[in-house]
Amino acid sequence: MTIVAVMTTVLLACAGVLALARIVRGPSVLDRIVATDVLLAVIVAAVATAVAAGRDATTLPVLVVLSILGFTGSVSVARFAVRSRRDES
Amino acid sequence: MSPDSVLETVLDTAAVVCLAGGALLCLAAGVALVRFPDLLSRMHAATKPQVLGLLLVLLGCGLRLRTSADVTTLVLIGAFQLATAPVAAHMVGRAALRERRPDPDLLVTDELPADGGPSSPS
Amino acid sequence: MSPAPLSRRDRLRNRAVAVAVLVSVWCLLWGSFTWANVLGGLAVAAVVLAVFPLPPVTFAGRVSLPGVLRFVLRFLLDLVVSSVQVAALAFRVGHRPASAVIAVPLKVRSDLNITLTSVALCLVPGSIVIDVDRATGTLYVHVLGVRDRAEVERFRRGIWRLEERIITAVGSAAERRLVAAPDPVSPQSSADRKGTRV
Repeated sequence: MTIVAVMTTVLLACAGVLALARIVRGPSVLDRIVATDVLLAVIVAAVATAVAAGRDATTLPVLVVLSILGFTGSVSVARFAVRSRRDES
Repeated sequence: MSPDSVLETVLDTAAVVCLAGGALLCLAAGVALVRFPDLLSRMHAATKPQVLGLLLVLLGCGLRLRTSADVTTLVLIGAFQLATAPVAAHMVGRAALRERRPDPDLLVTDELPADGGPSSPS
Repeated sequence: MSPAPLSRRDRLRNRAVAVAVLVSVWCLLWGSFTWANVLGGLAVAAVVLAVFPLPPVTFAGRVSLPGVLRFVLRFLLDLVVSSVQVAALAFRVGHRPASAVIAVPLKVRSDLNITLTSVALCLVPGSIVIDVDRATGTLYVHVLGVRDRAEVERFRRGIWRLEERIITAVGSAAERRLVAAPDPVSPQSSADRKGTRV
């Protein structure tokens, strides 16, 4: 289990760095939203891996909050980004 | 080995496979995020392997924990994920469309009406 | 398609379904089905439904268990297969994946069918519903990894099959007859009318 946990963490860390690269490069707000979504999913997966590796369910409620947060975040920013763009033009 | 410990080993192995598969799919999402040429293609990679990837990770988690209270929480997380991912993807996709039409060079065919579709702002 | 006003019985049934879903979510959140949780869930559900009333959903069909089972199994299969495909596309070196935006006029134009089909399409990798024309029941779908027109047409037929499975699972008799009809011709002609085709 330990080996797999380490392996999984490395894979997830790589995915997180790649998502961060996209957040930095953009180019549009929407690209960043999508990348942030991926980053959040990676975080959820990492927390879940920690839970599974240690058989310790203390952080499970954090996962519930994160899974809702990602949705409300991206939907509200998607709406906001488009509306502000339309107001400018 | 007693039957119980055999079962434990099997469940643990399945959990390990699920976790590794989920992590691989997350990595694929990250790679696609950096490599795909335009926003809509990136969204495919970003929202989708996530769905299966997260479900696999949650399944692996459930296989390790095996207590009913924790499994119900995991089911809830999975259900939230399945219910919200399409809405988020659709919102972002539509916003992308309003901002800029997809690049015709990347498309095999574009059947969207020329005026920008039913929900265009004009 | 403007939904007909709902009868009192339909409204009651919709509300009962919503309450049942909310109560079970509440119980799952607490982790156990005890009487205290069920009662607390009922209170929360009442408040939520009073503050955020649901839009009316017309549901005229009946649920067929084999249909639902077939849909779910096929959906899981699609999910796995296309997740692997998209992941493989991501790792392929020196390749720019082509994509397409296709218009798919659904055969059944009820709001419920449009919603369910879009959700199922959005969850499976390789397709995103980017726009919906509610009046004509047309989905505009962005498809990843198609190389030529033949694949586009195959994908379009795939979406109609998906709609068929959904209607077989939860549709009414009239809707079942609609999806059993032969596929409409490819909407290329109507697309040409609007100009700017590639």
